[in-house]
Amino acid sequence: MSLLRLRNLSVEFATTGGRFRAVDQVDLDVDKGDVLAIVGESGSGKSVSMLALMGLLPWTAKVTADEMVFDGHDLSKMSARARRKIVGKDLAMIFQEPMSSLNPCFTVGFQIREALRIHLGMDRRAAQARAVELFELVGIPDPEQRLKAFPHQMSGGMNQRVMIAMAISCNPKLLIADEPTTALDVTIQAQILDLLVRLRDETGMGLVLITHDMGVVAETAQRVSVHYAGQKVEEQPVRPLFRAPHHPYTSALLAALPERATDKRLPTIPGVVPGQFDRPKGCLFSPRCQFADDHCREVPPTPRGADLGLARCHYPLNTDERLAS
Amino acid sequence: MLRYMLSRFATFLPTFIGVTLISFAFIRVLPGDPIIVMAGERGMTQERYDELVTQFGFDRPILSQYWDYLTGVLQGDLGNSYVTKRPVWDEFFALFPATLELSICAMIFAVALGLPAGVIAAMNRGKFFDRTLMSTALVGYSMPIFWWALLLIIVFSGNLGWTPVSGRIDLLYYFPDTTGFMLIDSLLSGQDGAFTSAVRHLILPTIVLGTIPLAVIARQTRSAMLEVLGEDYIRTARAKGLPPGRINGMHALRNALIPVITVIGLSVGTLLAGAILTETIFSWPGIGKWMVDSIFRRDYPVVQGGLLLIAVMVMVVNLTVDLLYGLINPKIRKR
Repeated sequence: MSLLRLRNLSVEFATTGGRFRAVDQVDLDVDKGDVLAIVGESGSGKSVSMLALMGLLPWTAKVTADEMVFDGHDLSKMSARARRKIVGKDLAMIFQEPMSSLNPCFTVGFQIREALRIHLGMDRRAAQARAVELFELVGIPDPEQRLKAFPHQMSGGMNQRVMIAMAISCNPKLLIADEPTTALDVTIQAQILDLLVRLRDETGMGLVLITHDMGVVAETAQRVSVHYAGQKVEEQPVRPLFRAPHHPYTSALLAALPERATDKRLPTIPGVVPGQFDRPKGCLFSPRCQFADDHCREVPPTPRGADLGLARCHYPLNTDERLAS
Repeated sequence: MLRYMLSRFATFLPTFIGVTLISFAFIRVLPGDPIIVMAGERGMTQERYDELVTQFGFDRPILSQYWDYLTGVLQGDLGNSYVTKRPVWDEFFALFPATLELSICAMIFAVALGLPAGVIAAMNRGKFFDRTLMSTALVGYSMPIFWWALLLIIVFSGNLGWTPVSGRIDLLYYFPDTTGFMLIDSLLSGQDGAFTSAVRHLILPTIVLGTIPLAVIARQTRSAMLEVLGEDYIRTARAKGLPPGRINGMHALRNALIPVITVIGLSVGTLLAGAILTETIFSWPGIGKWMVDSIFRRDYPVVQGGLLLIAVMVMVVNLTVDLLYGLINPKIRKR
């Protein structure tokens, strides 16, 4: 039984121009100790699907799923009150912008102790001791002093460490990191990623890493789930994915990596992710796909078998590679 | 912090001078002659009139009159009332506690109802409670204060007979002014029913005076809360699994308080302006009524002095508000 099991997760937003489907029939599984990376361009529904899992979407969003099972509990069938006992304790999340994700009016120490007191019922002294311990764990020097600081008195990297300390404070079983390094500079990025992986090793928690940085994926993830326009278009373990991507979108993403560029000009994927009003009739990637034909433009593809990385494509790539191996 | 305070004080002086200039000019622009008003229906001889003109200094150029007034003010002398001959300063402080008592009660009324109302409206955005509350607040804000006062008097004092029509306390009770605050004095006097009587007299004026600030505070709290509720740190608080009461009442409200405190500060000005009408309607013996009476008597020093003191109070309140920002949001303290 996997730690997290999502089946047929869809999220629709009620907008003035009608309903917009931001997440479309996504299936995901995460096990204990697993590192799953979710990649895709902006607007591909990576964050929204995880926010839906956490129950953090605004009231305009309608979440539907056949199964949304975390640690044996079906979250979609729980009351808000029961769900709050799990969210923030066993299921934690950190966000993209550490500077704005912490409340400017309270010290970071207060914000960490708050979760400990609410979920674990610790008293003031125990919470303080645990907070010091957590700061040491995430590598914040001089924890007693730093706990008294306000978020604006610390750097972005330090704030992200605070966010991580806060998220792991109750020993979560699954940590979702939503582009945790996007707002940070490169040296700090590596430190934060190392920290996340180290914490995963030490605690055995599952880790979901949402990112659009393929470099980050290659260094940290075990499995990769590629999303496009709300759909999961491919899922593979990290090595085979980099060696033999089956979906043309994955292949195009990899080709756009600067490290892989052979030409003077960096290869790009022309066009943008379709929005609310220009969703194609057939395959969602067909307008931007170099292999698309009339069949692709007319008939939406269904996911292929696991041997083809569940690719949502009529003409998956690298099929002979599969034969060779 | 000290530098910040000094820079705030530096803006104080020009405003102060400006207020003296405006109050001095406005009362003189009004048609009517204080000496003729003083003489009443009997009139007076030309010689006596000329004598008084010289005595009050009205024969001198306007600028030199202003200069005399300004130098007096800067030395703490607001002049004497033409009518009672007593110093403006003394009259003001004899009447001020009555206004202060009423204003404080009105402000407590407005904040105690407006803040929770705004928070609840924001939490129920777009629902029935929100819409009802916000349209009621708009009505309250737009209602002419004197008309609202008369309506309340007709219903609660006239038809229902629950509250007295005017004054601060029943004539039955008499006790000396110890603090000038009727609620405190009536308690100190130890007379049976005095305190209840004082409270009953306060109810309607408090509601009338507090209505506009209440509406403004409720609407401002709602919009500030809605803005804050969209912030990333509120998402973090929800991701921590905190109960909604704690998220709204602590994480969001503390951040939403800055604009709310600003309007509370600005409401003090509205409150004192409203006090003039409210006190007149309820015959409340405070500075509002005193100012109106003085305007009709063309009592120049009283009007000038009263305006100036009110303006200074508003300025002090706003200065306090500026300093409060830093207490609420540590980020502002640093700048």
